[in-house]
Amino acid sequence: MLEVQNATKRFGGLVAVNQASLKVEAGSITGLIGPNGAGKTTLFTLISGFEKPSEGRVLFEGEDISRDEPHVRARRGIARTFQIVQPFAGLSVLENIAVGAHLRHAKRSDALASAERVGQRVGLGPELDKSASSLTVAGRKRLELARALATEPKLLLLDEVLAGLNPSEIRDIIPVIRAIRDEGVTILMIEHVMQAVMSLCEQVYVLAQGRIIAEGPPADVCDDPKVIEAYLGAGAAERLKREKVHA
Amino acid sequence: MTFRDIAPIVVLIALIAFVPAFITANTVLNFLVFTLIIALAAQGWNILGGFGGQFSFGHAAFFGTGAYAAALLQVRLGINPWVAFAIGTVVGAAVGWVIGYLSFRSGLRGSYFALVTLAFAEVLRILANAATFTGGAAGVLIKLDVRPGNFQFESRGAFFWIALALVGAVLLLTRWIERSRFGAQLVAVRENEAAAKALGVDTLRVKLGAITVSGAVTAAAGGLYAQYFLYVDANIAYGTWISVEVILAPIVGGLGTVFGPLVGAVALHGLGEITKLAAGSVPGIDLMVFGGLLVAAVAFAPAGILGLMRRSARSRGAARHA
Repeated sequence: MLEVQNATKRFGGLVAVNQASLKVEAGSITGLIGPNGAGKTTLFTLISGFEKPSEGRVLFEGEDISRDEPHVRARRGIARTFQIVQPFAGLSVLENIAVGAHLRHAKRSDALASAERVGQRVGLGPELDKSASSLTVAGRKRLELARALATEPKLLLLDEVLAGLNPSEIRDIIPVIRAIRDEGVTILMIEHVMQAVMSLCEQVYVLAQGRIIAEGPPADVCDDPKVIEAYLGAGAAERLKREKVHA
Repeated sequence: MTFRDIAPIVVLIALIAFVPAFITANTVLNFLVFTLIIALAAQGWNILGGFGGQFSFGHAAFFGTGAYAAALLQVRLGINPWVAFAIGTVVGAAVGWVIGYLSFRSGLRGSYFALVTLAFAEVLRILANAATFTGGAAGVLIKLDVRPGNFQFESRGAFFWIALALVGAVLLLTRWIERSRFGAQLVAVRENEAAAKALGVDTLRVKLGAITVSGAVTAAAGGLYAQYFLYVDANIAYGTWISVEVILAPIVGGLGTVFGPLVGAVALHGLGEITKLAAGSVPGIDLMVFGGLLVAAVAFAPAGILGLMRRSARSRGAARHA
């Protein structure tokens, strides 16, 4: 469904994403993990269109969308959430979601009805009439999710929707994400919460210093010495193995 | 739009329409017509600034264009004043689109957009002040020829009703915007442009739409002004005073609300007139009141008079429940 081919993004002298390639199969949940500053969010901005790749291509359903503006990609069926939540603070929760719903519904009443359905689905039902700025962090994350879902996407890009949530909130939202996939939406997620990555993702890509250093099922990737070293430093994989033998 | 959306507007306009039946003093009618013209211009600003969050400091560019177009088309080209007025409105929309295209294309926002609009208005003022076609510093006089077909009336009441009808039409237009997809997207752009883009909003198109409509409405106010006073010069039409007036009224009345500009214009000018009457001939006393009111609005009622009323209604409701 989505294919990134050798995408590179430079900001001046800094290479944020370096020859990264990945594939997301239709109907899957794919994870994108990596240490802080690896370039995950930059790769997301290339896919969602907020930045254009310096080199390489982004293909969606077989078409090259590398030069499309973000709103065009949204129309094609790519929706993203923001790592740093971006609510329309002056609007109610329902109105926030309705902005997303308006992408597919021209009439105000249709958009509001659709927004209400989406809000119920992600568990924002009791909050719909509240101001978006009054929501808790967990609520705002749900709002990000709801707005993106309201655009009725084919591909949903989730940028750390679980970050900043407590364990019980994470437990609450994981089934919501799984249900979204089960209704036919393909998901690509950046996530640091490994519990979620392990339980949700079929395929994981690991990004470090702008490069994809590993890919595969989550369990395999976590044992990959390259991945361990990317997170814990050179020689860490060796040391961990030794400690395991001693224990 | 539902009946409930439209009814308050129709009722309010119908009530105001009776004013000339009771008040016949020319000074009062003069004041009312002038206030309505300001309200209309401010309604234009409010569509772009209040709903879209794009603060223009140069709406004089539209007001002046509407005024000059109305005046010049009839004086120089002999076009019927009604038609000239309509063309002026369209030209105002076009100027809005051009200014919007140039500044929004290059991603100007916030104070940069404000400064650029101010610059456009100033450039137009200087050009109008210099060119012979616009009459230079002497301005343009519209020949007195009182005939309804000529957009000139014996009674000030007729003018009052025309201004009121236009204000009413824009109230309805603004209500429609508020209830439409375009309005939802415009407000989304105001609240958070990046998030709006991610949700599929073509932010450039939305902002261009807003500034075009905004330019047309404010230009209509300018055309009305020219037709009422039968005189236009660069410092009136393109002067900073009107750019400031159209910002003040919505801020005092309630930014991004349907009735805000009208309420604000009436409050500002009403209070200004009353102080002038009370304080006698102290020059500029009304401007001092404007300043004081603006400070008070920003400090104590950031949502304007309408916001204040809504808040007090809500707290009274809460007190009843307690």
